[in-house]
Amino acid sequence: MSGGGARSLALHGGVLALLLALHFVLPAYHHGNLARIMVLASYAIGYNILFGYTGLLSLGHALFFAAGMYGMGLAMRHAGLGPGPALAAGLAAGLAVSAAMGLLALRTAGVAFMIVTLMFAQAGYLALLYFGAWTRGDEGFVIQQAERILWGIDLSDPGNRYLAALALFALCLLATLWLVERPFGKVLVAIRENEERARMLGYNVFAYKLGAVILSGTVSAAAGAAYGLLFGYVGATFASVQYSIFPLLWVLLGGAGTVLGPLIGTLFMFYLIDLSSGVTSAYMLVAGVVLVLVTLFAPQGLAGLLRARLWRWLP
Amino acid sequence: MEFGPHLVLATLEGAVTAAVLALTAVGLSLVFGVMRVVNVAHGEFFMLGAVLAWWVTSLIGGPPALGFAAALVVAPLLVGLLAAAADMTVLKRIDYDPERTIVATIGLLYILQQVTLMTYGADARPVEPPFNTRLAIPWVTFAEGRPQLIWPWGLGTTSYKLAVIGAAAAVLAGVWLVMTRSRIGLLMRATQLDRDMALAFGIPVERIYALVFGLGAALAALAAVLIVPISQAHYLMGGDPLLLSFIVVIIGGLGSLPGTLVAAILIGLSDGIISVFFSPTLAKILATLLVALVLVFRPQGLFGLRAA
Amino acid sequence: MTLLSTRGLTKRFDGLHAVEDVDFDLPEGQVRALIGPNGAGKTTFVGMLCGRITPSAGTVAFAGRDISHLPAHRRIGLGMAYTFQITSVFARLSVAENVALAARRKVRGALGVRRMVARSLARVGLEGQSGQIAGTLSYGHQRLLEIAMGLAQRPRLLILDEPTQGLSEAEITGFKALLRDLSASATILLIEHNMSVVMETADRVTVLDFGRILAEGSPAEIHADRAVQAAYLGTA
Repeated sequence: MSGGGARSLALHGGVLALLLALHFVLPAYHHGNLARIMVLASYAIGYNILFGYTGLLSLGHALFFAAGMYGMGLAMRHAGLGPGPALAAGLAAGLAVSAAMGLLALRTAGVAFMIVTLMFAQAGYLALLYFGAWTRGDEGFVIQQAERILWGIDLSDPGNRYLAALALFALCLLATLWLVERPFGKVLVAIRENEERARMLGYNVFAYKLGAVILSGTVSAAAGAAYGLLFGYVGATFASVQYSIFPLLWVLLGGAGTVLGPLIGTLFMFYLIDLSSGVTSAYMLVAGVVLVLVTLFAPQGLAGLLRARLWRWLP
Repeated sequence: MEFGPHLVLATLEGAVTAAVLALTAVGLSLVFGVMRVVNVAHGEFFMLGAVLAWWVTSLIGGPPALGFAAALVVAPLLVGLLAAAADMTVLKRIDYDPERTIVATIGLLYILQQVTLMTYGADARPVEPPFNTRLAIPWVTFAEGRPQLIWPWGLGTTSYKLAVIGAAAAVLAGVWLVMTRSRIGLLMRATQLDRDMALAFGIPVERIYALVFGLGAALAALAAVLIVPISQAHYLMGGDPLLLSFIVVIIGGLGSLPGTLVAAILIGLSDGIISVFFSPTLAKILATLLVALVLVFRPQGLFGLRAA
Repeated sequence: MTLLSTRGLTKRFDGLHAVEDVDFDLPEGQVRALIGPNGAGKTTFVGMLCGRITPSAGTVAFAGRDISHLPAHRRIGLGMAYTFQITSVFARLSVAENVALAARRKVRGALGVRRMVARSLARVGLEGQSGQIAGTLSYGHQRLLEIAMGLAQRPRLLILDEPTQGLSEAEITGFKALLRDLSASATILLIEHNMSVVMETADRVTVLDFGRILAEGSPAEIHADRAVQAAYLGTA
């Protein structure tokens, strides 16, 4: 653990330094992609807290992502808030929605939990369409450049946008790293490994799981709010089932229950889908094939394979 | 039209929905009941049934009845075989782990849907019904104190819609007979009760699983062939049947065939009636919330007594 | 002082009486063995004590307090510890982390936890394996790890559900010594099939049969009891 601690700090610090260095060398197209990937990877990190570390498979995280995005966007559009308070509104929306979902869905387990989260998220998506007068439904709405200036920084500028995405990602990454070394994180892992045993050690399993849902949901909401603000668009697509499946796919591919897995999985899938959408409109085929292959052959994901074969200390 | 005839019309439309829904949901319920797994790709097997029906009928040509009869046999058979193959190559290899099965069938969902998009395309295509006589329905009114038979404009159905209801009922009766009276049904029920015990008694559990998974998908495909002359075949049409089947199976009690049937009739009938009064989106919101809340507060379903 | 007592404790499953109207008192400091034929309701009974199973009727009191309506984790928090009949460690975590998870409920601070882990592992003789992944331990060592986890909770009452099941003769001998050592610091309720363990370690024995208390007494009295012999022979 002691040697691992130093090595893991070096590894994750190195990854962050690399991402910063890429800011100066990447061509515009990939630079823009990587900014998106880092925000989406932050979403995956949020998902990983619940799925990877606590062992709860949610099929409804798009609800949290969208809660952040719409909490931010609607606060701007209808309450006229500036980007700072609007981001806070997005976080608060994510917190409230995840607490409500957690209180209800955690009364179930396993397959029922998956279906309940799926149904709540679907109800949320449909509600966005139903209240189209407020949300502009499927069409969504654009956040004007003038509204995207936070603390004097114009977030619509690609350079600033990249650095803001990196800041968010670094924050999420370091927070997970810290979390998994804390007693709270270790209890989550214990619940994933053997829930009944954790309960019989005296842990209030429900409270810990609720904490995990809220933390996971709020991080996902932060990513959603940041996505809307950085890329200037808020739309119901981000609340659809597809956006609940994506983080599952990214985390499964990258490695559930590893700190770097979400980034690796998001990076791979983003480029896979990007490349295939140049060839065919049926680009989600790639997502389907990867889901089946990972389930069949690499349930521990890419980072999990690394951990099993090379670096046992990988957190 | 007055309220009375309107209600009759909504009920008739609802009965068609209920019939098709019952077939689809019984397929999902059968798979859950025997194999204890949730098949998220179920709606795509439904979609494949409809697309294959279009393919078969346009390939054969000739009178609509001929192509349609061929589609009734070929589409469920092909879909069933495909599903059995998916069971043996994917689900068997992950040992039917409930959570991993859901993830794998989500993958399967996208594969089936997107391959259909690449080959069949994004258009919605119609299939001609084999017969389609309009049947007007009389209504009784009281004029000057005497009952009088009138034929309200717009109140009616078609012979094909009635045939769909009849066919679904016949197939469901067949499924029930197979499950309760036949040897293969006995083997299925034994596998459902205790997989390990069934294995110990030499029941070929793996083959039963492939059969059940294929049968479940074939029922969805059959339902789609029946409905495709009324709606149309489209690569995204699998979403609604999946959602509705979920609702039916969960409300009816997971894995309980009679509960599934009752719920299908109830949901199918009320779907027609509710959509007269509410917007379809609101109806869907309420339905998804209902499913979630039933699972949270009454996991055995509204009608089932058995725990899931 | 009575540490644990039940009154009228009953559990029915679908009309079947698994545990029927049990009044049970366990004084502080005692080692009590709970024996009975298979299906006598022993595991159901202790399951109701620590909150894993909700009773159909009756009350449970611990340290003078009615705990009938407390959830399991609150009862554990009051000073109960329960080791599972079927070995139930965190198989993919290290031995030390398994014990640390148990210790953190009672001990604050990383240093204190580490000390408690070391002390608990030393008492069961697993100090050499602390870095190993728990699932790779031998079966006997996993049972010892279970007990170390129980110790790290510093319980007032330690409930051991068939701790010697599946152990070798040598391991059982070691376990008896460990049990005598443990009895100095905690009250112990022991579900046990192995009569030599019961005879050598228990202060008193309670016999459960068909969900009811059939007899209670010193090991020697129970050994001589005709009804107990009949109950066992009846199922042999």
